[in-house]
Amino acid sequence: MIVVKDLHKAFGDHRVLCGINEEIKKGEKVVVVGPSGSGKSTFLRCLNLLETPTSGEIWFEDTLITDPKCNVNQMRQKMGMVFQHFNLFPHLTVLQNITLAPVKLKLQSEEQAKENALRLLKRVGLSEKADSYPSQISGGQKQRIAIVRSLAMNPDVMLFDEPTSALDPEMVGEVLQVMKELAEEGMTMVVVTHEMNFAREVATRVLFMDEGLILEESEPQAFFGNPQNPRLCDFLSKVL
Amino acid sequence: MPDVSLITMNIFDSIGAFFQSLYDQFVFVFLDGNRYMLIVDGLKNTLILSVFAALIGILVGLIVAVIRLPSNNLKNHNKFVRFLLAIPNWLASAYVSIIRGTPFVVQLLIMYQIIFGKSGMDKMVVAIIAFGLNSGAYVAEIFRAGIQSIDKGQTEAGRSLGLTSFMTMRYIIVPQAIKNVLPALGNEFIVLIKETAVVGYIALMDLTKAADFIISRTYTAYMPLIGVAIIYFIIIKILTKGLGVMERRLRASDSR
Repeated sequence: MIVVKDLHKAFGDHRVLCGINEEIKKGEKVVVVGPSGSGKSTFLRCLNLLETPTSGEIWFEDTLITDPKCNVNQMRQKMGMVFQHFNLFPHLTVLQNITLAPVKLKLQSEEQAKENALRLLKRVGLSEKADSYPSQISGGQKQRIAIVRSLAMNPDVMLFDEPTSALDPEMVGEVLQVMKELAEEGMTMVVVTHEMNFAREVATRVLFMDEGLILEESEPQAFFGNPQNPRLCDFLSKVL
Repeated sequence: MPDVSLITMNIFDSIGAFFQSLYDQFVFVFLDGNRYMLIVDGLKNTLILSVFAALIGILVGLIVAVIRLPSNNLKNHNKFVRFLLAIPNWLASAYVSIIRGTPFVVQLLIMYQIIFGKSGMDKMVVAIIAFGLNSGAYVAEIFRAGIQSIDKGQTEAGRSLGLTSFMTMRYIIVPQAIKNVLPALGNEFIVLIKETAVVGYIALMDLTKAADFIISRTYTAYMPLIGVAIIYFIIIKILTKGLGVMERRLRASDSR
């Protein structure tokens, strides 16, 4: 579904990604872990071109999206993204946050979008918040709504950029729960996170990144039970 | 011993006389010869001028602000395309610095005597364009600051949903920016309304020119000038109140 070939990204002289090769298949749940500054967020943001790669190729559903002629907006409609800081639109109600993109892009009629949004809200248990503004709800609720907002576009893959890092500890669970349910339904997911338990339980594959490279990747059992790379051993000893 | 009642009577008499003379002057200055019609016409022109100039200012300001925003997807293009894309940005910057770097009265006179000098264009239209373009430069800076004050994450969220950069601007960034800049914008319009008082330079009969006119007819300055000042004050008071109401409405989403 997503194929990355020799991806490089540099901010000025600072090289963040130094040649990433990766293939993510349909239905996989890939969790990316690594120390801060290892380039994992940049890698994720390159996948939907929020960061423009310096060189390398990214293919999404057999389209070369790093080609300048590629329609980036169309590609992004199929690739949902959830941010660390939620990034809900504060001037719109929860319902409007969810329906804005599908309606303005003329993918759904106003009624369809609303119906769809209410169904999704019900699924994450936030039906009664439809008419609230983002400033009136908690962080965990915001993040669940951000997930719903992405889901409303019916994406083929969901990218999560540290979705629980900005949350109070007691709210982490509710967001992870929604993500778990999403995983069980078969959504293809790429998750950058520090939640090792989530990686252990949900991931089909875990990647360890450091200094702009993927140093190790394996199934969670092998990843946590029998790490090979010394830097991964060091990292795990610190976080577990 | 002086008679207290006589003194109080004297005070009342002089107060009464003062108001009587005020009234007489008012009648003489404004009502005789229907001179109040000058004020009415002047007020009408001041309002038309302010409203249309403000509308042009908002429109021009918004366009210029968006053009001047730093663009980050230039890297994908070659040198020539980048050069072409830089032209509007350069023009917008030049416009803002020229307008901000020269006195408004000079701009108005250039507009009237040079740019539209031989065209026979209606004075009102010339004045609206001059004021609108002037205001546009300041509004552009206000909008630019407002747009840049919106968190980058908002743009990223919009774009990640597949919205185009125009849609993201239109539905996500600008509505939030306007809310943030409303006080500054209101200030700009207050300045604009008061600034229209110099339009007499091109002999357009606005409120101030009307007062001027009455002074030259009646040889009295007090009543016309104070009267006009009060009218300006009331207009701006109403505007301020209106903006206050609008601000409260827009803040609805901030309430907790």
